Amino acid sequence: MYRVIRIVRRRLLQMIPVVLGIVVFNFALLHLAPGDAVDVMAGEAGASNAEYVAQLRQQYGLDKPLPVQLGNYLWHVVQLDLGYSYRHNRPVLGLILERLPATLSLMLTALSLSILLGVGLGVLAAWRVRTATDTVISIFALLSYATPTFWIGLMFILLFGVTLGWLPTTGMESVGAGYKGLDRVVDIGRHMLLPAVTLALFYMAIYTRLMRASMLEVYGLDYVRTAQAKGLAGGKIAFKHVLRNALLPVVTVAGLQVGSLLGGSVLVETVFGWPGLGRLAYDAVFQRDFNTLLGILLLCSIVVVLANLVVDMLYAVLDPRIEYQ
Amino acid sequence: MSAILEVRDLRTEFRSEAGTAQAVDGISLLVGRGETLALVGESGCGKSMTGLSLLRIVPKPYGHIVGGEIRLDGRDLLKLPEAAMRQVRGNEVAMIFQEPMTSLNPVFTIGNQIVEAIQTHRDVGKAEARRLTVELLDQVGIPDAGRRLDDYPHRLSGGMRQRAMIAMAISCKPKLLIADEPTTALDVTVQAQILALLRRLQDELEMGMILITHDLAVVAETASRVAVMYAGRIVENGTVREVLRHPRHPYTQGLLQATPHARKAGGTRRKLAEITGLVPSLYDMPPGCAFAPRCPKAQAVCRSTVPTLAVGGGNVACHFPG
Repeated sequence: MYRVIRIVRRRLLQMIPVVLGIVVFNFALLHLAPGDAVDVMAGEAGASNAEYVAQLRQQYGLDKPLPVQLGNYLWHVVQLDLGYSYRHNRPVLGLILERLPATLSLMLTALSLSILLGVGLGVLAAWRVRTATDTVISIFALLSYATPTFWIGLMFILLFGVTLGWLPTTGMESVGAGYKGLDRVVDIGRHMLLPAVTLALFYMAIYTRLMRASMLEVYGLDYVRTAQAKGLAGGKIAFKHVLRNALLPVVTVAGLQVGSLLGGSVLVETVFGWPGLGRLAYDAVFQRDFNTLLGILLLCSIVVVLANLVVDMLYAVLDPRIEYQ
Repeated sequence: MSAILEVRDLRTEFRSEAGTAQAVDGISLLVGRGETLALVGESGCGKSMTGLSLLRIVPKPYGHIVGGEIRLDGRDLLKLPEAAMRQVRGNEVAMIFQEPMTSLNPVFTIGNQIVEAIQTHRDVGKAEARRLTVELLDQVGIPDAGRRLDDYPHRLSGGMRQRAMIAMAISCKPKLLIADEPTTALDVTVQAQILALLRRLQDELEMGMILITHDLAVVAETASRVAVMYAGRIVENGTVREVLRHPRHPYTQGLLQATPHARKAGGTRRKLAEITGLVPSLYDMPPGCAFAPRCPKAQAVCRSTVPTLAVGGGNVACHFPG
């Protein structure tokens, strides 16, 4: 146990320079794009003049040279202050923390769904390799992989929301229903089903294919033959000896994809009107609300780095050959 | 000598897009209680496939056992349902493999894997199974067995892993042990130890043993009888003494001449002979004797008619045995 704690502590310390580097990089990247919040505001106002614009810039600190702006920003970030959104007229941190639970719950649900389904289908396909079951699963995975996520989302809305009327298609809760306790959980669950499945399908397809290939590879290894020679039943061989070894590549890829899953949630949140960070980020881009956008990006990078840490820990648990010196 | 294993006309095929290969092509074997039979031949001649066929674990989906009988104490294993066959594997017939490095599952401790073997076939609790495992590890000469139990395979050397494999194989006191090249991947000094260990255990447990090897020195040291395989068939069998001293099949003769011998003091250096050519592809077997294309004595009849063991007088499958 001491070994694990030491690894976590060291990895957390390594996170700090990584995250700061990401902040600097994002900052530079965003300022490469033309336009700032003041341009957007002035445009929306309909009538404004150069003096008003200059005054706004001065007010928001946008007139200072970029390195100074960056220095200011970093100084505040270190103090856990993510700045102020002039668009929303409130501190960015509060804005983000308000939206974070919606995005995290959608993301974790989608991630769990994709891993459970992907691993399950992959195992089944490998077990029934070269049968009709295998073919059906492979085709399903290929279709899920190849179909654009936004299109799947729109079709789900059309089918389950409009035509069948089974599920709500927008938002996170029924507005004004005032559900409490378990009823509220069920309500949120019903709202979450379509966006979560939409987001999960693509990743599920990847894990299905990966798991199938990985299982088949492990099936050909010597220790599986040893397990057969011991007299173990097929199920025991598949679920004890093969599955655990075959999971390793899936864990790696799933960890790497936490980042792209966050990216994917932007799209899905937009399609389903999910009140999460994705929508906030999407709006922030068009409003040139850089403080909000930087805050979201910073938070996402922290989530991704933490996810990688979890993956490494999981790896050490699954595979005893990995020992951290 | 009562036979514990009697194999008759065993046939195993590999079917794939490339065609059908007779990996094991009508093999008959006899193993007595406590006796060691060596199965000898080059790589790809079907020795390992014979071993896997005996346990009915030929690789799916390509491998199929298509005919013959495998009688263990009189009972035909090929007629058993799969569930009953699982009761035989690891329990009555056990097998160890060439690569101790990869034959143990890397993510479970060796204790876990041996306990699993015991609990699959014996109705004992975990604690009792662990106690038995420590005894077994002790019996195969693993020092400090009580602690080694909880080591993962990557912590053990090749020789130690092969000992752990052997402990697993003998955990249910099998009647027959199939050892597929058990020493090939090991250092020479470790080889000798493992062979000595196998001989000792065989005496203690009165196991029959099929020793699959390409190493004639190992055969001479360990086995009492030998069957020489070529391209899925047995080409010569007999006692080790007969076959090694007076090989009659040209292939056996070639194998012996290709084996280096230590020179006696003052003796002359003998040139190492090779068998020219390659083993034919199992997907493209010549008609007649499979060895004919490489055989110095081949005649027209060799290229048209497959010689059976009966042709050569019972022990050698050759039209012109030496």
